[in-house]
Amino acid sequence: MKFFLKCDEAVHVCDKSQYNEASFFEKLKFKMHILICALCRGHAKRNTKLTETIKAANLKTLLPEEKEVLKTRLQQEANNGSES
Amino acid sequence: MELLNPDQWVDNYADYLYNYTIVRVNDHIVAQDLISETFLAGLKSKKNFKGEASERTWLISILKRKIIDYYRKINSKKGKAEVHIAYRDEDSEGDWLEENAADPFDKTAEDTMENKELGLAILECLDKLPQKQATIFKKKTIENFDTEAICKEYNITPSNLWVIIHRARKTLAECLEKNWFN
Repeated sequence: MKFFLKCDEAVHVCDKSQYNEASFFEKLKFKMHILICALCRGHAKRNTKLTETIKAANLKTLLPEEKEVLKTRLQQEANNGSES
Repeated sequence: MELLNPDQWVDNYADYLYNYTIVRVNDHIVAQDLISETFLAGLKSKKNFKGEASERTWLISILKRKIIDYYRKINSKKGKAEVHIAYRDEDSEGDWLEENAADPFDKTAEDTMENKELGLAILECLDKLPQKQATIFKKKTIENFDTEAICKEYNITPSNLWVIIHRARKTLAECLEKNWFN
Protein backbone atom coordinates (compact mmCIF):
# COMPACT_ATOMS: atom_id res chain seq x y z
CA MET A 1 0.00 0.00 0.00
CA LYS A 2 1.37 3.33 -0.95
CA PHE A 3 0.44 6.62 0.59
CA PHE A 4 0.86 8.98 -2.30
CA LEU A 5 -1.51 8.98 -5.23
CA LYS A 6 -0.63 10.10 -8.70
CA CYS A 7 -2.96 12.63 -10.28
CA ASP A 8 -4.81 10.12 -12.44
CA GLU A 9 -5.37 7.90 -9.41
CA ALA A 10 -6.57 10.88 -7.39
CA VAL A 11 -9.02 11.79 -10.14
CA HIS A 12 -10.34 8.23 -10.09
CA VAL A 13 -10.89 8.32 -6.31
CA CYS A 14 -12.54 11.70 -6.74
CA ASP A 15 -15.02 10.22 -9.24
CA LYS A 16 -15.71 7.26 -6.98
CA SER A 17 -16.33 9.44 -3.95
CA GLN A 18 -18.98 11.36 -5.94
CA TYR A 19 -20.95 8.13 -5.74
CA ASN A 20 -19.88 7.30 -2.18
CA GLU A 21 -17.87 4.39 -3.44
CA ALA A 22 -14.42 5.38 -2.24
CA SER A 23 -13.09 3.61 0.85
CA PHE A 24 -12.01 5.49 3.93
CA PHE A 25 -8.36 4.87 3.15
CA GLU A 26 -8.78 6.04 -0.44
CA LYS A 27 -10.42 9.23 0.73
CA LEU A 28 -7.60 9.82 3.19
CA LYS A 29 -4.99 9.42 0.47
CA PHE A 30 -7.04 11.69 -1.75
CA LYS A 31 -7.18 14.39 0.94
CA MET A 32 -3.41 14.22 1.24
CA HIS A 33 -3.03 14.48 -2.51
CA ILE A 34 -5.14 17.60 -2.88
CA LEU A 35 -3.26 19.24 -0.03
CA ILE A 36 -0.23 19.37 -2.27
CA CYS A 37 -1.83 19.39 -5.74
CA ALA A 38 -3.70 22.55 -6.72
CA LEU A 39 -4.77 21.10 -10.07
CA CYS A 40 -6.57 18.16 -8.51
CA ARG A 41 -7.98 20.45 -5.82
CA GLY A 42 -9.60 22.56 -8.52
CA HIS A 43 -10.86 19.49 -10.32
CA ALA A 44 -12.35 18.08 -7.12
CA LYS A 45 -14.18 21.33 -6.47
CA ARG A 46 -15.72 21.33 -9.95
CA ASN A 47 -16.55 17.64 -9.73
CA THR A 48 -18.33 18.08 -6.41
CA LYS A 49 -20.21 21.06 -7.77
CA LEU A 50 -21.41 18.92 -10.67
CA THR A 51 -22.67 16.29 -8.24
CA GLU A 52 -24.54 18.94 -6.26
CA THR A 53 -25.97 20.46 -9.43
CA ILE A 54 -27.31 17.11 -10.62
CA LYS A 55 -28.79 16.48 -7.19
CA ALA A 56 -30.44 19.90 -7.14
CA ALA A 57 -32.04 19.21 -10.52
CA ASN A 58 -33.89 16.27 -8.97
CA LEU A 59 -34.12 14.53 -12.32
CA LYS A 60 -36.62 11.77 -12.81
CA THR A 61 -36.56 8.95 -15.26
CA LEU A 62 -39.29 6.62 -16.35
CA LEU A 63 -38.95 3.02 -15.28
CA PRO A 64 -37.82 0.57 -17.98
CA GLU A 65 -41.26 -1.11 -17.81
CA GLU A 66 -42.97 2.21 -18.37
CA LYS A 67 -40.78 2.86 -21.37
CA GLU A 68 -41.64 -0.57 -22.73
CA VAL A 69 -45.33 0.30 -22.49
CA LEU A 70 -44.75 3.52 -24.42
CA LYS A 71 -42.74 1.66 -27.04
CA THR A 72 -45.38 -1.00 -27.51
CA ARG A 73 -48.15 1.57 -27.94
CA LEU A 74 -46.08 3.54 -30.41
CA GLN A 75 -45.20 0.40 -32.31
CA GLN A 76 -48.84 -0.70 -32.50
CA GLU A 77 -49.90 2.68 -33.75
CA ALA A 78 -47.14 2.67 -36.36
CA ASN A 79 -48.25 -0.73 -37.65
CA ASN A 80 -51.91 0.31 -37.79
CA GLY A 81 -50.97 3.44 -39.67
CA SER A 82 -49.03 1.58 -42.33
CA GLU A 83 -51.86 -0.91 -42.93
CA SER A 84 -54.61 1.61 -43.44
CA MET B 1 -34.93 10.70 -46.58
CA GLU B 2 -36.58 9.77 -43.32
CA LEU B 3 -36.35 12.79 -41.04
CA LEU B 4 -37.84 11.20 -37.95
CA ASN B 5 -37.00 7.98 -36.15
CA PRO B 6 -40.07 7.02 -34.12
CA ASP B 7 -38.36 3.78 -33.06
CA GLN B 8 -35.84 5.82 -31.14
CA TRP B 9 -38.26 8.32 -29.63
CA VAL B 10 -38.82 6.55 -26.34
CA ASP B 11 -35.12 5.92 -25.73
CA ASN B 12 -34.08 9.37 -26.82
CA TYR B 13 -36.79 11.66 -25.54
CA ALA B 14 -39.03 9.92 -22.98
CA ASP B 15 -36.99 11.11 -20.01
CA TYR B 16 -36.73 14.64 -21.34
CA LEU B 17 -40.45 14.88 -22.06
CA TYR B 18 -41.22 13.34 -18.68
CA ASN B 19 -39.16 15.90 -16.78
CA TYR B 20 -40.75 18.65 -18.85
CA THR B 21 -44.25 17.35 -18.09
CA ILE B 22 -44.00 16.33 -14.45
CA VAL B 23 -43.24 19.87 -13.29
CA ARG B 24 -46.25 21.16 -15.18
CA VAL B 25 -48.89 18.59 -14.27
CA ASN B 26 -47.38 17.11 -11.11
CA ASP B 27 -48.95 13.70 -11.60
CA HIS B 28 -46.99 10.65 -12.65
CA ILE B 29 -49.84 8.88 -14.42
CA VAL B 30 -51.10 11.97 -16.23
CA ALA B 31 -47.55 12.77 -17.31
CA GLN B 32 -47.14 9.31 -18.82
CA ASP B 33 -50.44 9.59 -20.66
CA LEU B 34 -49.50 12.98 -22.07
CA ILE B 35 -46.17 11.67 -23.28
CA SER B 36 -47.82 8.67 -24.87
CA GLU B 37 -50.35 10.94 -26.62
CA THR B 38 -47.54 13.19 -27.76
CA PHE B 39 -45.68 10.33 -29.39
CA LEU B 40 -48.85 9.08 -31.08
CA ALA B 41 -49.74 12.56 -32.32
CA GLY B 42 -46.18 12.93 -33.56
CA LEU B 43 -46.50 9.70 -35.48
CA LYS B 44 -49.73 10.85 -37.10
CA SER B 45 -48.42 14.21 -38.18
CA LYS B 46 -45.04 12.85 -39.18
CA LYS B 47 -45.32 14.27 -42.66
CA ASN B 48 -45.76 17.79 -41.29
CA PHE B 49 -42.27 17.68 -39.85
CA LYS B 50 -40.05 19.70 -42.10
CA GLY B 51 -36.81 19.21 -40.27
CA GLU B 52 -36.48 22.89 -39.45
CA ALA B 53 -36.37 22.21 -35.72
CA SER B 54 -34.77 19.31 -33.95
CA GLU B 55 -36.88 16.25 -33.35
CA ARG B 56 -36.98 17.06 -29.65
CA THR B 57 -38.14 20.64 -30.12
CA TRP B 58 -40.85 19.42 -32.45
CA LEU B 59 -42.06 16.82 -29.94
CA ILE B 60 -42.00 19.43 -27.16
CA SER B 61 -44.21 21.71 -29.24
CA ILE B 62 -46.75 18.90 -29.55
CA LEU B 63 -46.46 18.13 -25.86
CA LYS B 64 -47.09 21.78 -24.94
CA ARG B 65 -50.42 21.66 -26.75
CA LYS B 66 -51.30 18.40 -25.02
CA ILE B 67 -50.59 19.96 -21.63
CA ILE B 68 -52.74 22.99 -22.47
CA ASP B 69 -55.55 20.67 -23.60
CA TYR B 70 -55.23 18.75 -20.37
CA TYR B 71 -55.70 21.92 -18.32
CA ARG B 72 -58.63 23.05 -20.46
CA LYS B 73 -60.30 19.73 -19.80
CA ILE B 74 -59.90 19.81 -16.03
CA ASN B 75 -60.84 23.48 -15.92
CA SER B 76 -64.12 22.84 -17.66
CA LYS B 77 -64.99 20.42 -14.87
CA LYS B 78 -64.11 22.95 -12.22
CA GLY B 79 -67.47 24.76 -12.11
CA LYS B 80 -69.12 21.60 -10.91
CA ALA B 81 -66.94 21.32 -7.87
CA GLU B 82 -67.75 22.79 -4.49
CA VAL B 83 -65.04 24.48 -2.51
CA HIS B 84 -64.70 23.72 1.15
CA ILE B 85 -62.23 25.61 3.23
CA ALA B 86 -60.68 23.67 6.05
CA TYR B 87 -59.52 26.05 8.72
CA ARG B 88 -56.58 24.90 10.72
CA ASP B 89 -58.29 25.43 14.08
CA GLU B 90 -61.43 26.97 15.49
CA ASP B 91 -59.81 30.30 16.32
CA SER B 92 -58.89 30.97 12.73
CA GLU B 93 -62.40 30.30 11.47
CA GLY B 94 -63.68 33.28 9.52
CA ASP B 95 -60.22 34.76 8.96
CA TRP B 96 -59.37 36.18 5.58
CA LEU B 97 -58.62 33.39 3.16
CA GLU B 98 -55.60 35.28 1.92
CA GLU B 99 -53.99 34.76 5.30
CA ASN B 100 -54.24 31.06 4.78
CA ALA B 101 -52.74 31.09 1.30
CA ALA B 102 -49.12 30.35 0.59
CA ASP B 103 -46.69 33.16 1.29
CA PRO B 104 -45.84 34.78 -2.05
CA PHE B 105 -42.42 35.72 -0.73
CA ASP B 106 -41.64 32.16 0.06
CA LYS B 107 -38.95 31.50 -2.48
CA THR B 108 -39.32 27.76 -2.77
CA ALA B 109 -41.71 27.85 -5.72
CA GLU B 110 -39.31 29.94 -7.73
CA ASP B 111 -36.41 27.79 -6.65
CA THR B 112 -38.12 24.64 -7.81
CA MET B 113 -38.97 26.26 -11.12
CA GLU B 114 -35.32 27.03 -11.67
CA ASN B 115 -34.41 23.48 -10.76
CA LYS B 116 -36.81 22.17 -13.39
CA GLU B 117 -35.10 24.20 -16.05
CA LEU B 118 -31.81 22.92 -14.71
CA GLY B 119 -32.95 19.34 -15.12
CA LEU B 120 -33.74 19.96 -18.78
CA ALA B 121 -30.40 21.70 -19.28
CA ILE B 122 -28.63 18.64 -17.90
CA LEU B 123 -30.58 16.31 -20.18
CA GLU B 124 -29.81 18.52 -23.17
CA CYS B 125 -26.11 18.39 -22.32
CA LEU B 126 -26.32 14.61 -22.04
CA ASP B 127 -27.49 14.57 -25.67
CA LYS B 128 -24.00 15.60 -26.66
CA LEU B 129 -22.56 12.36 -25.32
CA PRO B 130 -22.37 9.14 -27.30
CA GLN B 131 -25.57 7.16 -26.68
CA LYS B 132 -23.98 4.38 -24.64
CA GLN B 133 -22.01 6.81 -22.48
CA ALA B 134 -25.16 8.82 -21.78
CA THR B 135 -27.21 5.75 -20.90
CA ILE B 136 -24.60 4.38 -18.53
CA PHE B 137 -24.08 7.79 -16.94
CA LYS B 138 -27.82 8.20 -16.38
CA LYS B 139 -28.12 4.73 -14.88
CA LYS B 140 -25.28 5.39 -12.50
CA THR B 141 -25.99 9.00 -11.57
CA ILE B 142 -29.73 9.50 -11.84
CA GLU B 143 -31.12 6.06 -11.28
CA ASN B 144 -28.39 5.16 -8.76
CA PHE B 145 -27.64 1.71 -10.09
CA ASP B 146 -24.80 -0.27 -8.51
CA THR B 147 -21.51 -0.34 -10.32
CA GLU B 148 -21.74 -4.11 -10.34
CA ALA B 149 -25.23 -4.19 -11.85
CA ILE B 150 -24.27 -1.85 -14.70
CA CYS B 151 -21.06 -3.78 -15.41
CA LYS B 152 -23.06 -6.96 -15.66
CA GLU B 153 -25.70 -5.47 -17.93
CA TYR B 154 -23.22 -3.99 -20.38
CA ASN B 155 -20.58 -6.65 -19.94
CA ILE B 156 -17.84 -4.20 -19.01
CA THR B 157 -15.26 -4.08 -16.21
CA PRO B 158 -15.50 -1.59 -13.34
CA SER B 159 -12.52 0.31 -14.71
CA ASN B 160 -14.28 0.58 -18.11
CA LEU B 161 -17.27 1.95 -16.25
CA TRP B 162 -15.25 4.56 -14.39
CA VAL B 163 -13.60 5.72 -17.59
CA ILE B 164 -17.05 6.16 -19.16
CA ILE B 165 -18.32 7.99 -16.07
CA HIS B 166 -15.27 10.22 -16.00
CA ARG B 167 -15.62 11.22 -19.65
CA ALA B 168 -19.32 11.83 -19.27
CA ARG B 169 -18.80 14.01 -16.20
CA LYS B 170 -16.12 15.99 -17.99
CA THR B 171 -18.29 16.72 -21.01
CA LEU B 172 -21.30 17.45 -18.85
CA ALA B 173 -19.39 19.86 -16.60
CA GLU B 174 -18.05 21.78 -19.59
CA CYS B 175 -21.46 21.92 -21.24
CA LEU B 176 -23.22 23.12 -18.09
CA GLU B 177 -20.56 25.72 -17.44
CA LYS B 178 -21.23 27.11 -20.89
CA ASN B 179 -25.03 26.81 -20.98
CA TRP B 180 -26.19 27.03 -17.40
CA PHE B 181 -23.76 28.80 -15.11
CA ASN B 182 -23.25 31.67 -17.51
